[in-house]
Amino acid sequence: MSTTMSAPSSTSSAAPALLDQDWRRIGKWGGLCAVAIVLVSLIGMPVGLDRRTIIEGRLSLGYMALIWIPLLFGYVVSKRVVLEGVKTPDPGARDVFAGLCAGVLSGLGPVLLILGIDNFNLRKPLVNWGPPLLEQLTFGRGIGFGVAAWFGICAVLGLLGSLMHVLPKDVRRVVSFVTYGLLSISILEAVISDLSEGFGLESLADAMYAKRGGLTVKSSIILVVVIGVFSIVTKGRLKGATSRYQELQGEERKRASIVLFSGVAGLCIVLPLFLGKIVNELLANVGLFLLLALGLNIVVGLAGILDLGYVAFFAVGGYTTAVLTSAESPFFTPELHFGFALIIVVLMAGLTGLVIGAPVIRMRGDYLAIVTLGFGEIIRLLFMSDWLKPYFGGAQGITNVPPVDLGFAVVTGIDPRSVFYLVLVFCTLAIYVSWRLQASRLGRAWMAIREDEQVAEAMGINTVNAKLMAFVVGAMMAAVSGAVLAAKVGSVFPNSFMILVSIIILVVVIVGGMGNIAGVLVGSFVLIGVLGGPRQPGLLQEFQSYKLLIYGALLVFMMLQRPEGLVPSARRSQELHQEEFLQDAWLKGVDLDREEPEAVEQPGAASGVEGEGAPA
Amino acid sequence: MTAIINRQSARRVSKVDRFLTFIRVFLVGLIVIGILAFLAQQFAPDNPFTRWRNPDAMGLSADQFKGLLMSGLSQGAMYGLIALGYSMVYGVLGFINFAHGEVFMAGAMTGFIASEKFNASGLWESNFLLCLVLIIIMAIGISTLMAVLMERVAYRPLRNSPRLIPLITSIGVSFFIQNAVMGLFGPASKPYPRLPEWLAKQRSILTFEIAGTKLLVLVVAAVSMVGLWYLVERTKTGKAMRAVAEDKEIAALMGINVNRIIVTTFAVGGAMAGVAGILWGLLFRSVTHMTGFLPGIKAFTAAVIGGIGNLGGAMAGGIALGSAESVAPLVILEPLGVPGVSQLKDVVAFTVLVLVLLFKPSGLFGERLSAEERA
Repeated sequence: MSTTMSAPSSTSSAAPALLDQDWRRIGKWGGLCAVAIVLVSLIGMPVGLDRRTIIEGRLSLGYMALIWIPLLFGYVVSKRVVLEGVKTPDPGARDVFAGLCAGVLSGLGPVLLILGIDNFNLRKPLVNWGPPLLEQLTFGRGIGFGVAAWFGICAVLGLLGSLMHVLPKDVRRVVSFVTYGLLSISILEAVISDLSEGFGLESLADAMYAKRGGLTVKSSIILVVVIGVFSIVTKGRLKGATSRYQELQGEERKRASIVLFSGVAGLCIVLPLFLGKIVNELLANVGLFLLLALGLNIVVGLAGILDLGYVAFFAVGGYTTAVLTSAESPFFTPELHFGFALIIVVLMAGLTGLVIGAPVIRMRGDYLAIVTLGFGEIIRLLFMSDWLKPYFGGAQGITNVPPVDLGFAVVTGIDPRSVFYLVLVFCTLAIYVSWRLQASRLGRAWMAIREDEQVAEAMGINTVNAKLMAFVVGAMMAAVSGAVLAAKVGSVFPNSFMILVSIIILVVVIVGGMGNIAGVLVGSFVLIGVLGGPRQPGLLQEFQSYKLLIYGALLVFMMLQRPEGLVPSARRSQELHQEEFLQDAWLKGVDLDREEPEAVEQPGAASGVEGEGAPA
Repeated sequence: MTAIINRQSARRVSKVDRFLTFIRVFLVGLIVIGILAFLAQQFAPDNPFTRWRNPDAMGLSADQFKGLLMSGLSQGAMYGLIALGYSMVYGVLGFINFAHGEVFMAGAMTGFIASEKFNASGLWESNFLLCLVLIIIMAIGISTLMAVLMERVAYRPLRNSPRLIPLITSIGVSFFIQNAVMGLFGPASKPYPRLPEWLAKQRSILTFEIAGTKLLVLVVAAVSMVGLWYLVERTKTGKAMRAVAEDKEIAALMGINVNRIIVTTFAVGGAMAGVAGILWGLLFRSVTHMTGFLPGIKAFTAAVIGGIGNLGGAMAGGIALGSAESVAPLVILEPLGVPGVSQLKDVVAFTVLVLVLLFKPSGLFGERLSAEERA
């Protein structure tokens, strides 16, 4: 919807000629695509990500970082704007041709870059400008080949992107299944080979993956066939199963839920036993961030308070644990047991939540964001300062935080599996608490405040108290996560608690789906699991230096295209799209008696200028 | 009727209010005691009140104090320049453009790249003034472009969405630009070339010792401020800007092209940030991809202190914040016996923000916003 909508000028009933294109639109998107390719290349992704192969000898993540761009732009450029009430012609050859043109145009980007690198030396400011990038872009076969290849590749990709509109629905489904399936199997390499090793199926993993990572050509062909068949077989079944589950009522639903839940729980408990150290470490990190994200979900997702200093509570949790349990902590020498410390941690977090929350709670939403960000930074600076060094150890932090001794087991960072189980317990607890809170009186009060604070107040909700409660609950979850982190790593440093952490968690919550527990789960698994946390690597370790860039871009993209997140909560998306809903309802004639065909084109023609509000 | 309501609400003071009063009293008490201790230490370092918290108090000499004030002023002028962008955008669109600090960083980065090239060709040494003008123009160009692009790509589609959405978007934009710049130019801190001797040397003006660069910062800031004032108050575009800030719909009815005015606002804010970027480069002689983050937030603080939407206020707020940040650690915290006060500069800045929002949320000079945005 956000693209400048070229008014549907060519919607004549006659068969659209191939050359009757909206050339400006093609030029714009093709040019943008070229710029995007150049930018990504110069940021260094093709070279930096080249070590990771997806299909052995054929495709590396470095090229992957480039080729998705023309694909996406080809898709976008040939997309018709569908307006409610306006007849849109079926996509056809014309759209495919548009995609092809945009693709060829976008080929100019890498081509100009190749010629530029070959002839000029801009190495000085642009660090990635140089032979490695040139080598990568020309496929190591000389300038001429590179130029020709990029025009070809971009054209084909543009074509493929636009073909997605034309292909029949079933074929499209198979194609996307195969693409995503292949990609995820390649990304999940570490997990899958660990698992197959755990089950004694090393030969399977060896057959599937090449020695130096990536799928082998043979196995990828087999996988394509398998996934393709799978997608055809399961067609309609997956959706049917979910809708059948949702239709269940009363006792039956309860039973189904219990089966589902115990299945998931069993998987969570059993799977780590078969996984290796690295993957378990990864799972433990995902769990820690999930805990944080669940807390932020209450503050941002449910109560609608944009708290950018959320990391403060994480820091408080970590430091409190370290001070109470570590023998090295300069000011509190007795070593408390983790369980006992945890109680104090939760209390401290609640208190901090109150102290930070009280001054900011009545501010405007955006002021509140900046002030909490300030608090987040203040807390880190205080922990780092010489002033509080006698208490918190200054920049050196507190080391030697003992592992958690549970009596029957010891949870240490050396054994990530144990950490994962500990985190799992807390996450389950947090999910349960969030789930119960959501439907509770307090949860409904939060959602009312999120929608309209003044109205909520008029309805008799004590907004100040409700918002403070959101702060406190969120703070407690973050603090528990911090406590586990301290025990896991065995030390706390002020620089582990940068504002960055809050923003990454915010991205997790928003990408997953604000106000929805399932969304937060998906968000943390996809983002933290694949890309990694602020310091923790994910499955794609090569992304280490680019992940923040991707997080930023994702945040913007989601806000523009899908502010309700990947797994939206029904209520939240209604709030966000309220105007569109009203407008659509009006256009569909729900409002009856005043349906004018002329007015229909207005929302499109208004192209970004003061959108017409829903008519009264 | 109102009287009764007032009395009722006066009787029921909530716990939060009590706590807030406590914080207010605490902070004011801290400041007052700190200043008293500072005064005591200035009069006689040996009196017991001084020795109470800080046994080895030395006191500041007049020159030291003036030096602090001067660096505070020049830094504050820079905050002020950045704050203008925040203030104008907030006035017109009613959201915090979190990525404005990145526009500033882009200006500083442009300055670095250009000045390095000039330095390599020898022009920097031989004709510094020309180079300075050129890099300022380039920085203005790049920063303006960046601000305008930002508006077009990220903010315009969100014009009518709920308040927090553009703010979250701008956080994403800020993150993206920071890391894109890091990817493009590398993470190392980049040094500006050496400044000519006649600029960098200390000068004495009205008994104030001040480095030439700081003086330059103040002069350039003053000139930009006058230019901006002229633009906003005396030209037709400025009038249109004020109209749009007042009420977008009515302005559109009056025949003002609202979109163009919003772009202009972003452009002007970006230009100011570009100038500030160059000044930063000259003053601190180093720039990284993170340069924009803290100054950006502090500049927002400055805009709030002066009253958001109020341009003179933004500059005044910047100067106030800069001086507070440079003076307060030594004047208030050091006499209270806090060690390592220079680390607490940023803490002071954020505390000032909290203080202002607690005592006078509309800023020292009053905010200028439309009724809708004030809600």
